[in-house]
Amino acid sequence: MTAMAEDKGVVLTDEQKKSRKRRSLAIALVLTFLVILFYVVTIVKLGPGAAKRVEAPAISVIA
Amino acid sequence: MSLVSEERTARADHLSGFAGVEDYWALLKPRVMSLVVFTALVGIVRAPGDIHPVIGFVALLCIAIGAGAAGALNMWWDADIDARMDRTRARPIPAGRVEPGEAMVFGLILSGASVLMLGLLVGVLAGALLAFTIFFYAVIYSMWLKRATPQNIVIGGAAGALPPVIGWAAVTGAVSLEPLLLFALIFIWTPPHFWALALLKKRDYERAGIPMLPNVAGDDETRKQILLYSIALAPLGVAPFALGMTGWLYGAISIVLGALFLIFAWQVYRKREGEAAERTAKHLFAYSVLYLFLLFAVLLGEGMVR
Repeated sequence: MTAMAEDKGVVLTDEQKKSRKRRSLAIALVLTFLVILFYVVTIVKLGPGAAKRVEAPAISVIA
Repeated sequence: MSLVSEERTARADHLSGFAGVEDYWALLKPRVMSLVVFTALVGIVRAPGDIHPVIGFVALLCIAIGAGAAGALNMWWDADIDARMDRTRARPIPAGRVEPGEAMVFGLILSGASVLMLGLLVGVLAGALLAFTIFFYAVIYSMWLKRATPQNIVIGGAAGALPPVIGWAAVTGAVSLEPLLLFALIFIWTPPHFWALALLKKRDYERAGIPMLPNVAGDDETRKQILLYSIALAPLGVAPFALGMTGWLYGAISIVLGALFLIFAWQVYRKREGEAAERTAKHLFAYSVLYLFLLFAVLLGEGMVR
């Protein structure tokens, strides 16, 4: 009974907690970098005219 | 503290929760990765046609990550022999900082991600070549050849020789004679480079049970093979100039560097006993790195001012 009450799950040491924090930070940085990279690559792939509004084709009116 | 808690704490200690970011970085074999990036860059710069700088950067990044992933898979597979060699026992897995399974998953995820990114964002052929390179290094070399034959690094050298071809394919979407020459150059350079190291680390390899040429065929045969490969390498280094792919600067430098390579290899062949023999192997090993670096640096320079 007492054993179950005091059970706090896996207890990490301070050193392990520090390592985990550093790993989490590194993953966050990598993910942020990838978000920016994919955004930039998308813009590059779309080309310089990507932001321009497509002009409607001229309709010739036959009088 | 209760029994249950003590048990859980013990399990937490056993888990590799101490692995730092630098351990995962070490799994990528950053020194090998830097050579791969450099030779791939030469392939990109020398290829005819234009590539947007951002796409070129993505290509280099994917090639670097792919090479690193192959390194991680190699460390996962070779953890048992790494633990028996002085040169490698401080690596993250044998040192106990990273679990083997973690390294395997890390390598597989990076392999998949780098191949997909390269294939989708840069070009299908480049992506396919990167996938083949990773497969060749991790499966053909690490899992099969390395422990099976003294020709391990000869055939396995193909994986290290492919990056300039991948770089070229990233720009052109095809492969032609020049990148294949660069491939051949690195491929033929690999045996004398690694056998010079194997002469120095013979006991290490023996302890690990890896059939390197000096352990299987003896030092004398290894020295002979080093010389023969060097004789093939020197003219191959000049071939890009002889075939009109480079300028005079590369031609002159490749002739001088090739001649020096032959001199170093001849010294290794001649000096067979004692400290002098060890010194010549050390010199050849160090010079072989410089040789490849300088040749590719000139190729890069000429490609940039073209």
